[in-house]
Amino acid sequence: MKGYIYFIDFRKMDTKNYPVGDNFDEMFNEKGECRWHYSEFLDHLKKTSSKKISHLQHAANKNQVAMGMTFNVYHDNQGIEKILHLDIVPRIIPNQEWQHLEAGLKQRIHALNLFIHDIYNEQKALKDKIVPEDLILGSKDYLKPCIGLNPPKGIWCHITGTDLVRNNDGNYYILEDNLRCPSGVSYMLESREIIKRAYPDLFNQLGVMPVSDYPVKLLKMLQFISNKEKPVVGVLTPGIYNSAYFEHSYLALQMGVELVSGVDLITKGKKVYMQTTKGLEQIDVLYRRIDDTFLDPLSFNPHSLLGVPGIFEAYKAGNIALANAPGTGVADDKAVYAYVPKLIKYYLGEEPILQNVPTYLCREEQDRKYVLENIEQLVVKETNAAGGYGMLIGPKASKAEHVKFRELIKRNPTNYIAQPTLSLSTVPTLTDEGLQGRHVDLRPYILYGENIEVIPGALTRVALKKGSLVVNSSQGGGSKDTWVLYN
Amino acid sequence: MLSRVADSIYWLGRYLERAENYARFIDVNYNLMLDLPPDMKAQWEPLVYATGDHDLYVQKHKTFERKEVVYFLAFDTDNPNSIISSINFARENARVIRENLTKETWEKLNGLYHYVQRSADKKEWSKDDPRAFFDGIKNQILLLYGLADSTVARTEGWYFRQLGLFLERADKTSRIVDVKYHILLPSPNWVGTPLDFLHWTALLKSVTAFNTYRRLYGNIEPSKVVEFLLLNKYFPRSVFYCLREAESCLHKISGNGGQGYRNSAEKAIGELRSNLEFTDVSEIIETGLHEYIDSLQLKINQVSNKIHSNFFQIKDNFSHQNSFQE
Repeated sequence: MKGYIYFIDFRKMDTKNYPVGDNFDEMFNEKGECRWHYSEFLDHLKKTSSKKISHLQHAANKNQVAMGMTFNVYHDNQGIEKILHLDIVPRIIPNQEWQHLEAGLKQRIHALNLFIHDIYNEQKALKDKIVPEDLILGSKDYLKPCIGLNPPKGIWCHITGTDLVRNNDGNYYILEDNLRCPSGVSYMLESREIIKRAYPDLFNQLGVMPVSDYPVKLLKMLQFISNKEKPVVGVLTPGIYNSAYFEHSYLALQMGVELVSGVDLITKGKKVYMQTTKGLEQIDVLYRRIDDTFLDPLSFNPHSLLGVPGIFEAYKAGNIALANAPGTGVADDKAVYAYVPKLIKYYLGEEPILQNVPTYLCREEQDRKYVLENIEQLVVKETNAAGGYGMLIGPKASKAEHVKFRELIKRNPTNYIAQPTLSLSTVPTLTDEGLQGRHVDLRPYILYGENIEVIPGALTRVALKKGSLVVNSSQGGGSKDTWVLYN
Repeated sequence: MLSRVADSIYWLGRYLERAENYARFIDVNYNLMLDLPPDMKAQWEPLVYATGDHDLYVQKHKTFERKEVVYFLAFDTDNPNSIISSINFARENARVIRENLTKETWEKLNGLYHYVQRSADKKEWSKDDPRAFFDGIKNQILLLYGLADSTVARTEGWYFRQLGLFLERADKTSRIVDVKYHILLPSPNWVGTPLDFLHWTALLKSVTAFNTYRRLYGNIEPSKVVEFLLLNKYFPRSVFYCLREAESCLHKISGNGGQGYRNSAEKAIGELRSNLEFTDVSEIIETGLHEYIDSLQLKINQVSNKIHSNFFQIKDNFSHQNSFQE
């Protein structure tokens, strides 16, 4: 990666001041020319003083605190509330590019849903040896109580937040399928509200597609998966100490439904009821933000105090719909990920529209050999870790870390995969030292109800540390508003 | 409405009202002490007695110095009833039910919380004149009330909050009256002197009732002040008024048209309200003001317990699992 020249004045923003590195930059091409879909935005900024720009950034962060867009770090009864830094330079995606992403995501979710249904029912893909049987049946995320289940309307993964990155070849690659309880959608919605205040004229001028109807679409989807005409819907939260509690309460508020926790619910005759001031009231659909195994101590983790005893029986009896369905986690394992392109071909008979990052499975002898020999150039990931933990970035790690991970892999090969180091694309980002390119990823949200729908927007996470490739909020990541254009 | 949510809304109402009343208590005592004759020592102990936190106080402090008492009643997180504790609890309750609050309400309450935290960091209690802080508390809470009044729909949640507010206020007004019992005059000969008069005036001012009292009753007479603060039918801080409002909240919640009672909470509050409705102030004086107030506070607590068992009690879905199986 080439060095960046520090500067803060947008008016000087041209080739000389913003050298594009080896990576793909979302705003400038390799010759340093502004890409067409950013040109109006750049024109706008050229008319804005640097003082105004830092003012806008300051106001954006202040708004976040006032709106309570916070992560909770909790101890005693003092809430320590941290904001996820929101950068004021948006990530802009032209419509044609978006259509490609949209088609690819729909295809992928469609296939993954068929796959989940298959492995809990006929297991055709395992019998046909598309995916090794032991990888699925031996996974701790393969939930035996779900065998033979047919969830309402055949949908398992109702809400997905897929992570993508753009490599220096300019292509998008799928990084992770988050099929469990992907978070961050509230940041997509609230960030848009804040960024709208910063550029009131631009939205209309550029033609930015709205995202604000997400809660309406989410509610519609949740109602769709119930057989009742007017189902009672709720959001199930682990409670106030969960770091995503803000999002749970935000979504309940926006949808106008109850936010419930395990203690509010009781099961009786394979039905689930809320305990209200007027007695018991049946609930029909739960958007649950509790992990699979904590959902029901009678069926899964017996030590869970978060869930509702008996809810799984009620679910099996068809008396309550759950989104996402229990058991989806097995399909977003980092090792299963490697097989998704094959699964798309197998179930849909189509070529994958969006590519996977080439993945070496340490469980396979040949792949393992390659990984151990080339660990300096690879990113090694634990198959079941999230949040950017349990990860080695070969080119940035020390020799000692290489040695440590080689040992870890040898000891427990099934637990690791490796991928070539991608050079994540950059977007200009306001930093203390001026405006600099920072690496980003992309998390669009997909709803699977009557149709599969990709919300025209996304959470763009940005690694705020110079040169860093880790965008996770728990490790110094921030976010950007993502503008999908009508054109 | 979820029982857990109703519970939190009720306590949100109580804690805010508690904080506001504590600000009033301290503010008025401070003013009162400024007016004392030069040879008389300031009295802060009566305030601690009236709040009912005397036992805890003496465990922590040996003397009743102003700064100690102000710290204890306003900023001590070990005191579960202090202003800072009440605001913390109010905010915790609000956080749990945030989806039920309007955006403005949450943001103002959040602001109030940060105001108290900042004031604690600045050691506000050690200042010579901390009254600006107490004004700030009162004003911000009244702002929250105004905000709720003009934005919150009159559905179940509203009535649970009002219920908490009025029960708390009934309790606190009775405690303000009780302060007078604890404030000592140098000797019985002082009854009816300007100093005695000063005490009663301060009491009325603490509940913003001085002018109203003057208009309705004229002269400051102890029994009239007691009647006004406990039994008046129209003054929104009198104990009777608060209980009647709380009762009508319970009726709204159960759908009772105003006849009899539909649950044990309504029965308990109805009995208490009618007791006050048909009591004459001379009977109270005969019973003994302090004794009467003590039993009043006990009955208010019983009403609160009944509210809890009728509306908030959640069945433990773990231990009851077996009894519910078919």
